[in-house]
Amino acid sequence: MPALLRRFLPVLILLALVVALPFLLKSAYQLRVATLVFTAGLTAIGLNILMGHAGQVSLGHAGFGGIGAYAVAILPTHYGIHPLAAFGLGVCAAGLLAYAVGRPILRLRGHYLAVATLGMGMLIAMVIQNQQGLTGGPDGMQVPRMELFGWRVRGAETWYWICGGFLILGAVLAVNLIDSPTGRALRAVHDSEVAARVLGIDVARAKLTAFTISAVYAATGGALLAFVNAFVTPDIAGFLHSVELVTMVVLGGLGSVVGAVVGATILVVLPQVLTVFHEYEHLAIGLIMIGVMIFMRAGVVPTLIGLVRGRSA
Amino acid sequence: MAELLQFIFSGLTVGAVYALVALGFTIIYNASDVVNFAQGEFVMLGGMATVFLAAAGLPLPLAAIAAVVVTVAVGLGLYLFAIKPARGASAVTLIIITIGASIALRGAAQIVFDKQFHRLPSFSGDDPIHILGATILPQSLWVIGGAGVILAALWWFFRVTLTGKAVLATAANRLAASLVGIDTRFVVGLSFALSAAIGAIAGILVAPITLTSYEVGTMLALKGFAAAMLGGMGNPIGAVAGGLLIGLLEAFGAGYLSSTYKDAFAFVVILLVLFVMPGGLFGARSVERV
Repeated sequence: MPALLRRFLPVLILLALVVALPFLLKSAYQLRVATLVFTAGLTAIGLNILMGHAGQVSLGHAGFGGIGAYAVAILPTHYGIHPLAAFGLGVCAAGLLAYAVGRPILRLRGHYLAVATLGMGMLIAMVIQNQQGLTGGPDGMQVPRMELFGWRVRGAETWYWICGGFLILGAVLAVNLIDSPTGRALRAVHDSEVAARVLGIDVARAKLTAFTISAVYAATGGALLAFVNAFVTPDIAGFLHSVELVTMVVLGGLGSVVGAVVGATILVVLPQVLTVFHEYEHLAIGLIMIGVMIFMRAGVVPTLIGLVRGRSA
Repeated sequence: MAELLQFIFSGLTVGAVYALVALGFTIIYNASDVVNFAQGEFVMLGGMATVFLAAAGLPLPLAAIAAVVVTVAVGLGLYLFAIKPARGASAVTLIIITIGASIALRGAAQIVFDKQFHRLPSFSGDDPIHILGATILPQSLWVIGGAGVILAALWWFFRVTLTGKAVLATAANRLAASLVGIDTRFVVGLSFALSAAIGAIAGILVAPITLTSYEVGTMLALKGFAAAMLGGMGNPIGAVAGGLLIGLLEAFGAGYLSSTYKDAFAFVVILLVLFVMPGGLFGARSVERV
């Protein structure tokens, strides 16, 4: 396979999927679920850069998603800022916050890093929960409709294409980054921080870059989700959502762009399907997570690729 | 002065519960390097099972003992069916497995029990005891005393019994422990059973004060994990100190600053401590070998 094709293969797969799905999905509901998968997939691709390539865990990434989501809710509602500008501001705010807290946090390793990111996410969630006047507290708040040049952006199909577009854009940027010197530096850091340092790689800087980029992805995903739902609640920034995001990346396969989207698909679609057995929903989700992790240890996508290539996974 | 004492009492009560959860994290982590995010569910199971067994007509002490037995069985099941088959998997994979287990246990509790909040009757009445102008509930004394007894029993187990020493040896170096004939798989299973028992007892002791429901485990696991990290992961004394510290911080923060941000103080302090001491308060200064 030519190198360029190999590099962009994940993007092509996702592109084919985004274009083909509207022909397969009949109802507006199914289209909406696909849109939710795209927003979650975008966040998972970003988190995968941090986890799969730089090898750093974050248990607080939903916090960045919450910043993006609440920016497009709060800024237009309380300050009359245009939703598009609010979108940009929210994403920048999340990126800046990640850059600011990243340096001290990323000095920590393993479980200490996990608890520090957990604490950071909890603090963001608690501010959202408790600043009732601004955020509506636990009840959440409405997200104003986006209006562009007098055209109201609405409808399941419109948001499908917008979120699909962002997903493809996110995938293109991710595969380019992974193949860039920064990406190679990240992988070196993943393998051995000491060896990377010996090679002259600024380890702290590489980790900070990955953390900031992944926060920008998360904020973009969160803001898109808020637009799609036209409503936000503090759950979007909560610990359980952070865990869900990490699970998406690991379940789909660390280090795989397509894997991140597959993981997002599993965790978004599964609860929708399982509501049929709603009493047993959580039990089933938990057992499936355990089963996949035991039998497909590398994640769904890498395991399947391994099987197709005829190697034992 | 009375106010200060009041905050210390309530801080020590919740702190003792956090300490027990953190201790559960530490015991499993030491024996197997697994961070068990289902630790909070052990606490939930202890409380909920006691409530339902007591409601079914069992006397409270018997219900409590049966609840501990049930929780230990669940802990062993978690090890045998989820952790053991994944031997050799990466730390993140193992964390996802325990998170999956906690979701599954919560889902199962929802089916077996219900979604309501439940309260156990206090073990020895609800008349507050007055000390220097502050008051403390008899049940708080049960929680603090119970935690003390568990600590003493653990200390005896690890320092005096041969099995306990085998656990310590496994924690120190698993390969070396198995070379001298210690059945490390038994030790890891034992650590899951022990952690489940400690969690269940904590859940039973605290249920008359804080109420219990199928979802109380999540927040307790987070606080317990944070307490274990604050003390330095894998250090039992650190876990207890971390738990009590977080309990006191919350009580003082809620009392003197703002009760809405009660949960925030603990995490702010943890972040600050980790920035200054990346290995936690009692963490060993480990040197990475290349």
